[in-house]
Amino acid sequence: MSIYEQYEIVVGLEVHAQLNTQTKIFAPDPLTFGAIPNTQVSFITLGHPGTLPVLNKAVIAKAVRMGIATHCSIQKNNQFSRKNYFYPDLPKGYQISQFDTPICYNGYVTVKVGDASRTIRINRIHLEEDAGKSIHDQNPRFSQIDLNRAGTPLIEIVTEPDLRSSEEAYQYLTEIRKLVQFLDVCDGNMEEGSLRCDANVSVRRKGVTTLGQRAEIKNMNSIRAVKKAIDYEAKRQIDILENGGTILQETRGYDMEKGTTFSQRSKEMAHDYRYFPEPDLPLVVLDETAVEQIRAAMPPLPQQLVAKYTQQLGLSEYDAQLLTESREMVAYFEALINQTTHYKSAANWLNTTIKAYLNDNNISIGQFPIAPAQIVQVIELIQQQEVSHTAAVQFLFPALLQQPETESVAHLAEQLQIVTHQDSSLMDSLIAQVLDKYPDKVRDYLYNGKKNLLGMFLGEIMREAKGKIDPKNLNQRLTEQLLARKK
Amino acid sequence: MKTYHSIAALQHDLHKGKMTCRRLVEHYISQIAAQQHLNAYLEVFVDDALAQADRIDHKIQHHEPLGALFGTPIGIKDVLCYADHLASAGSKMLEGFRSLYTATAVERLIAADAIILGRLNCDEYAMGSTNENSAFGPVRNAYDHDKVSGGSSGGSAVAVQADLCMAALGSDTGGSVRQPAAFCNVIGMKPTYGRISRHGLIAYASSFDQIGTLTKSVDDAALLLSVMAGKDPFDATTSQKEVPDLSLSTPNKTYKIAYLQETIDHQGLDADIKQQTDAFLHQLQAAGHQVEAVSFPFLDYIVPTYYVLTTAEASSNLSRFDGIRYGYHHPNAQDTESTYRLNRSHGFGKEVKRRIMLGAFVLSSSYYDAYYAKAQKVRRLISNHTQSILAQYDFMLTPTTPTTAFNIGDKAYQNPIALYLADIYTVQANLTGLPAISLPLFRHRNGLPFGIQIMAQRFAEADLLQFAQDLMQNR
Repeated sequence: MSIYEQYEIVVGLEVHAQLNTQTKIFAPDPLTFGAIPNTQVSFITLGHPGTLPVLNKAVIAKAVRMGIATHCSIQKNNQFSRKNYFYPDLPKGYQISQFDTPICYNGYVTVKVGDASRTIRINRIHLEEDAGKSIHDQNPRFSQIDLNRAGTPLIEIVTEPDLRSSEEAYQYLTEIRKLVQFLDVCDGNMEEGSLRCDANVSVRRKGVTTLGQRAEIKNMNSIRAVKKAIDYEAKRQIDILENGGTILQETRGYDMEKGTTFSQRSKEMAHDYRYFPEPDLPLVVLDETAVEQIRAAMPPLPQQLVAKYTQQLGLSEYDAQLLTESREMVAYFEALINQTTHYKSAANWLNTTIKAYLNDNNISIGQFPIAPAQIVQVIELIQQQEVSHTAAVQFLFPALLQQPETESVAHLAEQLQIVTHQDSSLMDSLIAQVLDKYPDKVRDYLYNGKKNLLGMFLGEIMREAKGKIDPKNLNQRLTEQLLARKK
Repeated sequence: MKTYHSIAALQHDLHKGKMTCRRLVEHYISQIAAQQHLNAYLEVFVDDALAQADRIDHKIQHHEPLGALFGTPIGIKDVLCYADHLASAGSKMLEGFRSLYTATAVERLIAADAIILGRLNCDEYAMGSTNENSAFGPVRNAYDHDKVSGGSSGGSAVAVQADLCMAALGSDTGGSVRQPAAFCNVIGMKPTYGRISRHGLIAYASSFDQIGTLTKSVDDAALLLSVMAGKDPFDATTSQKEVPDLSLSTPNKTYKIAYLQETIDHQGLDADIKQQTDAFLHQLQAAGHQVEAVSFPFLDYIVPTYYVLTTAEASSNLSRFDGIRYGYHHPNAQDTESTYRLNRSHGFGKEVKRRIMLGAFVLSSSYYDAYYAKAQKVRRLISNHTQSILAQYDFMLTPTTPTTAFNIGDKAYQNPIALYLADIYTVQANLTGLPAISLPLFRHRNGLPFGIQIMAQRFAEADLLQFAQDLMQNR
């Protein structure tokens, strides 16, 4: 057993999710990402003298949705607090947050790691405002400040130290991202910082029940980076302990390029945030009625959709799981099944042909050029046996990708000459054509018992047909024609 | 020029064409210049005031509809924001700062056709009881130039006292409107917490601050309040209650009045003020009111509770003043730390720094429970006890101040604790959010004025003003 295997990793995660509201949490300024610096700021966001915060009520429902989805209790009397510290990108000199009355508390999230199911307890989810951005690398003499982000609503989701591996952290974050997206709470984009994660990492010898000294790691901008940072940090701590050293309580940054963590701030330099109740904001009271209203208006969660798709639509568990991997995928599928009742076919198209295209091009369903309405037309053409499935995949789908603005898919199929002719004349003439071409093989089939030549004939006919015939009756017609040639 | 003792009298003459807004404003501008030694105004908005005066004169001449405050020249305390105008909070810290927006209260005055005459001197960030903490020098009491105006709305009180405006806005966190009103012989009113929006009021202590008025008559106080009061989407702590009709009509009702025994017995209370207040209470009884002593055992806790909580809030409210986005910037500020250290050390005055440090201390994690949390509990006790008194009585009466105005630079008040005790009667209304008014009913044997304070139930301004009106008319 290696040294590292003698240790257990203990991780707690703090996830900050930017809420996707129209306006900021305490000011009517628009939430627009990627705008020119310091253009999304009124005198309120700038913290000018005499300005006061007024709560954007939309943030409450979003936070509560997340609490309901993670089985939390919902706080009845919500008090905001001020967290006081000085930094140039914090215009008021304090951040409005929740301190002793988090809006959601005592919940859990279940994650699957391999075949095992693990319950990760949620300590709290609280609301707060984001700070602005300090930019240190654009100007040789000055740091620059962009306050567009200041006042963006955030929820901070804090777990208990229940995670036992970097893989569990990975699965937990994947689940949280899925939840925020499904609940329309946050876009879940870690690279752009709308979902951010800090990890509290400690190690202890297996069998020990007390917690080791932890380090807090910040600045990881992907789920994969969190996984790597935890692995690195755990190894670093184990190495220190094995060499007789002690772990310092400190804040460490993550260097993405080197894949290492580095010390940023020790405990001695830790702030006293002088929290106290925010006197400018009244209590937000959430009684049962209010919570029930939010619950009733909640978008369905992935597991609810899986149940619906398997039980009501008759899809397989596998298909249902694939369809509910992302909110965008669900939205696309829901758009399909709003327009067609061929649910299995719709699921099939999304999970195979379309998914393969997305994977090949490394794009998401949101960037997929063909509208659901056109895919529905394709499905209907197949169901009405006007186009074969094979032809649709081979010819119609690529053509639609080329011309996604096509209004009539049936017309496009006509142009492609793949419409199945329901009268049998084309099929019959193609069969005759192929059989005439291979008289020897016909003889072998009819008199020498080489029945497996049927496959060769079928393939040849299909090649000639270029999708214009429905293969469904071909087998029967071919056999009939072959037998007709028996003298 | 004739002195107007009420807005109604002024508006009467404006209507009749006996006076124009322009003449009035020109008169005030020259008066302010003549009385410059009082140091009441920090800036007169000459061009804007004259332009507004001309606009209203035009409306009068053309019989256009007029706002409730038409033609009324009003001074505003230098803690109120007015778009495109300087606002300094009596501090060097806000050097050169011009507000991007107008405070809701000021905007409502302007919308009612008032004329904003200028901004008035005050203690720095409204912290003080003498107006000596202004970065721009003390305001002088017009009765005796060696006496303080009181504070922190000293400029507002003196501007009304010396007829340098018809009325003035102040702000009242612990008595900052009522105490200078008592020292300067004018009417000072602090409405219920939440009655007037604080949007645009530079904050001292958010859960205490309330905009108040300094006026020559109770009618004027009622008129100003009715214009400014009411909910505001920019301030979540404004009351959603409808503002009642504040016009004063049914005079000389008899009331149940409580006076707080401990306030009369307090050792810091000046003997003559005590005696005249006693006599006044008897007079009220003789006039048919039911006047009773009630016990208020928390008097000695009022000032400490007030200072723990207000400094805590102030330490946070004043964090935004860092000289980074606006205001004073020290030439040697080079990096993050020196920017904060130098800008704030040199931008703020001594009393403001004292209160920031005290507030940061009581909020620090090791002392939070001992000071801030305990003071919150005491505030609740005081509030509950006060409510129980007002459940039985219409009003509570106390002297407004324990003394009359003292000398500028008085050594006895150099000790901040001694000075803080000067707030003993006024802070109760702020701790509990009650409306309170100081009426200039008395003259001390030393020749200086002093006042009586009336407190009423939350949002009972209509009753409070009616009673105040009765007292002013029957004096």
